[in-house]
Amino acid sequence: MSEHTAHETMTLKLIVWRQKGPDEPGRFETYLARDITEHHSFLEMLDVVNEDLIREGIEPIVFDHDCREGICGTCSQVINGLAHGGQTRTTVCQLHMRKFKDGDTIYIEPWRAKAFPILKDLMVDRSALDRIIQAGGYASVNTGAAPDGNAILISKEDADYAMDAAECIGCGACVAACPNGAAMLFTGAKVSQFASLPQGREEGRIRVTGMLQAMQECGFGNCTNHYECQAACPKGIDVKFIARLNREYLKTLFM
Amino acid sequence: MILDGKSPTGPIEQTWDKHRFEMKLVNPANKRKYKVLVVGTGLAGASAAASLGELGYNVEAFCYQDSPRRAHSIAAQGGINAAKNYPNDGDSIRRLFYDTVKGGDFRSREADVWRLAQVSNNIIDQCVAQGVPFARDYGGYLDNRSFGGAQVSRTFYARGQTGQQLLLGAYSALSRQIKAGTVKMYPRTEMLDLVVVDGEAKGITIRDLVTGEVRCHVGDAVLLCTGGYVNVFYLSTNAMGCSVTALWRAYKKGAYFANPCYTQIHPTCIPQSGDYQSKLTLMSESLRNDGRCWVPKNHDDNRPPNDIPEEDRDYYLERKYPSFGNLAPRDIASRAAKEQCDDGRGVGPGGRGVYLDFRDAIERLGAGLIRERYGNLFEMYELITAEDGYKVPMRIYPAPHYAMGGLWVDYNLMSNLPGLFVLGEANFSVHGANRLGASALMQGLADGYFIIPYTIADYLAQTRPGAVTTDHPECAQSIEEVNAYRDRLLSVNGKRTVTDFMRELGHLIWENAGMARSEESLTEVIDKIPAIREEFWQNVRVTGNGNQVNQQLENAGRTADFVEFAELLARDALHRRESCGGHFRVEYQYEDGEAKRDDENFSYSAAWEFKGVDREPELHKEPLKFESVELAVRSYK
Amino acid sequence: MSVLKSAVGRKVIMAVTGFFMVFFVLMHLLGNSTIFIGPEWINSYAEHLHDLPVVVWPFRGFMFVMLCLHVFFGITLTLENWGANPGKYAVSKKLKTTFAGKTMIWTGLLLLAFILFHLLHFTLKVVPEVPQVLDELGRFDVYTMMVAGLLNRVVAGIYIAAMIVLFLHTSHGIQSIFQTIGLNNERTLPKYNLAAKFLSAVFLIGFSAIPVLIVTWIIS
Repeated sequence: MSEHTAHETMTLKLIVWRQKGPDEPGRFETYLARDITEHHSFLEMLDVVNEDLIREGIEPIVFDHDCREGICGTCSQVINGLAHGGQTRTTVCQLHMRKFKDGDTIYIEPWRAKAFPILKDLMVDRSALDRIIQAGGYASVNTGAAPDGNAILISKEDADYAMDAAECIGCGACVAACPNGAAMLFTGAKVSQFASLPQGREEGRIRVTGMLQAMQECGFGNCTNHYECQAACPKGIDVKFIARLNREYLKTLFM
Repeated sequence: MILDGKSPTGPIEQTWDKHRFEMKLVNPANKRKYKVLVVGTGLAGASAAASLGELGYNVEAFCYQDSPRRAHSIAAQGGINAAKNYPNDGDSIRRLFYDTVKGGDFRSREADVWRLAQVSNNIIDQCVAQGVPFARDYGGYLDNRSFGGAQVSRTFYARGQTGQQLLLGAYSALSRQIKAGTVKMYPRTEMLDLVVVDGEAKGITIRDLVTGEVRCHVGDAVLLCTGGYVNVFYLSTNAMGCSVTALWRAYKKGAYFANPCYTQIHPTCIPQSGDYQSKLTLMSESLRNDGRCWVPKNHDDNRPPNDIPEEDRDYYLERKYPSFGNLAPRDIASRAAKEQCDDGRGVGPGGRGVYLDFRDAIERLGAGLIRERYGNLFEMYELITAEDGYKVPMRIYPAPHYAMGGLWVDYNLMSNLPGLFVLGEANFSVHGANRLGASALMQGLADGYFIIPYTIADYLAQTRPGAVTTDHPECAQSIEEVNAYRDRLLSVNGKRTVTDFMRELGHLIWENAGMARSEESLTEVIDKIPAIREEFWQNVRVTGNGNQVNQQLENAGRTADFVEFAELLARDALHRRESCGGHFRVEYQYEDGEAKRDDENFSYSAAWEFKGVDREPELHKEPLKFESVELAVRSYK
Repeated sequence: MSVLKSAVGRKVIMAVTGFFMVFFVLMHLLGNSTIFIGPEWINSYAEHLHDLPVVVWPFRGFMFVMLCLHVFFGITLTLENWGANPGKYAVSKKLKTTFAGKTMIWTGLLLLAFILFHLLHFTLKVVPEVPQVLDELGRFDVYTMMVAGLLNRVVAGIYIAAMIVLFLHTSHGIQSIFQTIGLNNERTLPKYNLAAKFLSAVFLIGFSAIPVLIVTWIIS
């Protein structure tokens, strides 16, 4: 494809969390990332480091990643203390090295939360988020049972609101950034999506209680309204959805 | 051998209804006795697993990602087609059927396409009922947009994240079944072998990607919903984990691979910026609704795009295809972009790029409306390129995106191996030689929600449930083979990294079997691959061991399969001495550069049978009959 | 799952009990403010209050329950949150939270200690010693008690410091109430934040003014 264009290159010092397995102790290791240009994505920079490590016979750094275009929600790293690196509405895979400069030191750590055990290096187990969805994050309709798509009208306002909530990619940055390791933004977004749609309202009550219970059983903490989750969220999911979750919960008590 | 697709006969409008009635059913009380293994949890896999679970089958589902919600269907941006005709602009099932057959350059099976068009409307209804927040107008009705290759507005969308929303809908249905206990989910597992017992698919061997455990799962049917293989080009819009591995291992166990040379190159991707690049990012084709493609009229025009006056711009798509303009189908738009760049008028690094300009649309509609329609795409573009698409024209270039080819299946989506069903992008069925925009989501969900629940029953009703258990010798042998293969990869201990090989292979395939292919270039591929394969097995370096998370090992296995598969792709492309859809042979074109089909000799699907890694595969043909549409030169002028 | 176990239920209890305590603080401030008008007013205010035991005692009981619930759930939720977040990032950065938000448990515990001190000081009048005299009308002389009690600079310092702690606690807490009971969105959040800061500042200035003015002999 296109030819490589010459860029000024950078050398960076990486301090990376290495951990062999879930029950092993972890530690930081220091590596150099060489010949990095401003057009490298952060993960491409790690690719370069890993290629070097393999050639030296050192096991490369394990990290989760897949689509590399910011939508699958797989990538998950805390960079210099900030989930996904702290750039607004950006996942790690979309973060580019133009945000760094030659000689920078970069700390790379996995998501840390009780509900997300570390599997290896920067890879964590986020199945707790799936369990929250399994506890009610759906509208119960069997295949084939649906009426015409226009049979029930939905105002543009409600559809847009639902879409704002539904944009969540389930990466878990909200949990990683939360001082309490809470999954309220994740849960709130899903509850709000369904609460604003006629299709989801029928089972609203059991959804809220079920998902909240699952959230607690998975070992997530409680919300104390720091709003770090929204700041870390690569999709900018608003904390108003946590308020909505709280409201929907209160409805189950009084309605 | 002449293959039979088992399409129902008679008037095409009635084929699916007639077939549904004729198929056998499984008694509700018996359904739970049957176990179905579903590999892959994208649109096809998740919708199939959920629907089969709802029906009462005992389902096990597998995905390599850490959650079924992450399959690459999630990255589809633009939308999903359906023949609802809500806009009253002349759409119908027949028109969607016709557009799809024509868009596929008359290389697909008519009855399959008809069925797809017929169930497309049910998909929209189903997704709305699941709570998919499709775009709505102010009256509260579903909104539509237009898309490449069609002259009606039939595309439903959820901002620029339609794939995500549809997948999350299917994922929610799947989650509901997991909770209900009808589906057992195995994330972070990779299928490495198909277990075939007495000629029928009865199980899979998987590797647990966390513990490294290799084990066998058996069932009464196996559904491969494992997506496409365009990562064979190394750089593509696919996710990093997308591979041909599941399909390839099934192929090596006897499943036929059909039309591997039909690959789609998507016209609107962000151009490559350097050799370190690991993937290419697609921007929805819907951008072409309002963006205009152009290159400078003159060679060596190095002015910034906004300084190039109207008379020095060549809006090449509008010039060449006046009636479709910027909405010409993907293969045509991609090739047109390549032509301009080959002509030396490309823009950006290395001259491999064309402009996609929103200036006029912003003038006409206002930046606000453009932001509402494509805001997330502009954001994504800026994240990657650090350029503001509202102010400077975007730069785009085609990139491998979708595989129309896949395992051969009959009308029931069953491969030549009884019990092995293939759904979604992994099969070859409906898109022919080229897929229209917003049809991939439609196909994945059609297969999973509305086709497989019927067709699998027809097969299962004729099988005894639980016939094979994990202590079957075929299982033991399969595990042994997979372990041996793993150990072999780990023991080479050479000098080159896996990525290094993949990059080399990808470059070879992209340059010689990408957007334009020739007898010469394809022969070169076939000549060079054995050497790459040989070097791979002598010089690859895979660190670590097999008893833990080992991403290098995973990639090594996938790369080894790609190296073998690439040869098949090239052989198929070489044997198809015509141009059609995404398969463009430079020898076969009209004077104006349009693809020249050869219906007399190549109106068939090519299904290849594995005969050994170092031996030529055997070609089987399934002739294509066109009774409801008239074969015509595909023109979008 | 019962309210007392639910993640949100317990937060709602925190919000509701917090709300009543904020309300109490506001009333307390209005009552105290009579001191600025003169000894007559505050003594009369105290007298009237004590003449209504049927109101005062249930109210005290109610506030006591509010306080206990708030403290109990505040501590248990905090301990749970610490457990849920091992919090071992080598580099720890935050984008949005505030010092007040991060220190709620500590400001809360300090306030608890202050409340105990304050009760011992001016309500039970045990420690530190305060003059207990009657005014000209034979009422308990609250004014003299306060002025004398707060003339001690250490004691005055404790009161002022406590009000700074209260400022921190309520500046996070008040906006939190609305979020937790679900009456919040992206438009109201900045307004709640502002209102919380404003009200907290009123508390800080209003309450601190008394010891400051006493220590500086402006009130004597």
